[in-house]
Amino acid sequence: MTDTWEERDRTAPRPYSELRQSMQRRDRGLRDKVVSLEEAASFVRDGDSVGIGGSTMSRTPMGLIWALIRARKKDLSCSRCIISSDGDLLFGSGVSNHIISSWFSQSILFGVSKVMRHHVEAGLARYEEWSHLAVGMRFRAGAMGVPFMPIRSMLGSDVRELRSQARDMNCPFTGEKLLLVPALNPDVALIHVQRCDAYGNAQIDGLQFMDIDLAMAADKVILSTERVVSNDQIRRAPDETRIPFMAVDAVVELPFGCVPHECYGVYEPTMRHMEYYVDLVNRDPVGGMKDYLDRFVYGPKSWTEFLSLIGVGELLEAARAGGSIYDA
Amino acid sequence: MRKEQAHTAAELLTILSARQLRNGQVVFAGVGIPLLAATLAQRLHCPELTILFEGGVIGAFIEPGKLPPTTNDQRCTVRANMVLGSAEVLLLLQRGYVDVGFMGGAQIDQYGNLNSSFIGDPAHPKTRLPGTGGGNDIASLAQMIVAMKHEKRRFVEHVDFITSPGFLRGNDTRHESGLVSGGMFRVITDLAVFDFDETSRRMRVIALNPGVTPEQVQDNTGFTLIFAPDLHTSEPPTDQEMKVLRELDSERLYTA
Repeated sequence: MTDTWEERDRTAPRPYSELRQSMQRRDRGLRDKVVSLEEAASFVRDGDSVGIGGSTMSRTPMGLIWALIRARKKDLSCSRCIISSDGDLLFGSGVSNHIISSWFSQSILFGVSKVMRHHVEAGLARYEEWSHLAVGMRFRAGAMGVPFMPIRSMLGSDVRELRSQARDMNCPFTGEKLLLVPALNPDVALIHVQRCDAYGNAQIDGLQFMDIDLAMAADKVILSTERVVSNDQIRRAPDETRIPFMAVDAVVELPFGCVPHECYGVYEPTMRHMEYYVDLVNRDPVGGMKDYLDRFVYGPKSWTEFLSLIGVGELLEAARAGGSIYDA
Repeated sequence: MRKEQAHTAAELLTILSARQLRNGQVVFAGVGIPLLAATLAQRLHCPELTILFEGGVIGAFIEPGKLPPTTNDQRCTVRANMVLGSAEVLLLLQRGYVDVGFMGGAQIDQYGNLNSSFIGDPAHPKTRLPGTGGGNDIASLAQMIVAMKHEKRRFVEHVDFITSPGFLRGNDTRHESGLVSGGMFRVITDLAVFDFDETSRRMRVIALNPGVTPEQVQDNTGFTLIFAPDLHTSEPPTDQEMKVLRELDSERLYTA
């Protein structure tokens, strides 16, 4: 089987020596890493492989993606276990032309994304599909510092047929058929959390998705956080820390940083804005997307101004629903 | 007769699907009718049913009127026993903890293969669909129940693309590909209930929905169906099933 990694594909497994050298160069000290949203965007270079935390409409690092679009990044290869309207924005803005995921649409509630369809069907961008477990084991292999992980799904399917980057193996111990999925060590990971300290010790409430493997696999991690808390607060409950400071390179305090998506226990999606967005871009994936980007991404002077376009009423409603998880 | 018509097609689909589950089972459920049917079964004949969601939830207990819009958001975690990583919950399938995978389907073929990736040639697709999500993993590793709308264009001889494997090309081809566990168990539609022939692994009608004829099922199917020798008709929804279902989906999110 021929290897179909495109030339200089940043999502191919990397030589171990390169991973170690890149780690060696990283400043892993206990230091203050708080930066502005604009500075955070400068940690991403054109052509980078960018891993995105959360899943579907949950804990999406939307503010960080918003900042990458405003900084007019180019040729990013993005990976996320399940990608939603953030994938639309990455394709529609021209920031990314390659997305690795297991599922790509705005949400099952909204049918099939016309933005995704337009870019893929017209050959403008690639949506590289792996099974959900395969995406997870690619990040896990990356986090473990090994070049692949064996799995027992995808076998026999056309999802596997399309992924010649995967390899079949007969287990040397049992002789059983397995599929080897290649490690994915993104250049940068973007992850949103409920709270972290200035050093990057991050605590994540509720669903973790693949964020811990993603953080440990990436060469650099940029956190956005609802709140920067004191290091003392972290040290009072270190068992709640999910991502350690030494894996984190930048911290941005960004309240409502997932809007219009949800942040567990803090806010549910701002559904009226999502419905407005989906209606706009699914009616016209080119013109509607341009209108949306002009009005909601390039237009506002700051993330706060973006939030004010969504409206206080809708944000409060989403926050009330988000917090209600603790009433149950 | 009046009672039989007092429900929507989606409600009938949900109730027939819920009846396929057994108490004590561990069920990996997709969003929509699977989630609703598993929750309904939990409230009726399966109080010890454990529901898993791919967002990373073990033992969900969904609140009436607050059905989650996806299996990856916070509403899925209410009163759950455990919240864990999504790779971890998928690995429960691989380890063998899961009895039943329960999903919806867009396109299915005579061997129970499901397509949710491409309409037309994958190299130049007419339509790019959202893809597998956890569907491929669930169908590869668990006994599957699929609940879907019965239309000729959805029930085809060969799917354009095998996203989630059924019995592949029939006979032993699934096992030979390395998928040594799981496989299609039941397909539930608004017309009938199906299993798969034990040798050929082709789809077989085992029960007709109330008021449906064998001809009607065949006419809405794009391949020749096998009919079980003991073909029977499913019992219509009971008052109790309808009452509990309507309490659960009071917003009519999935059953309108």
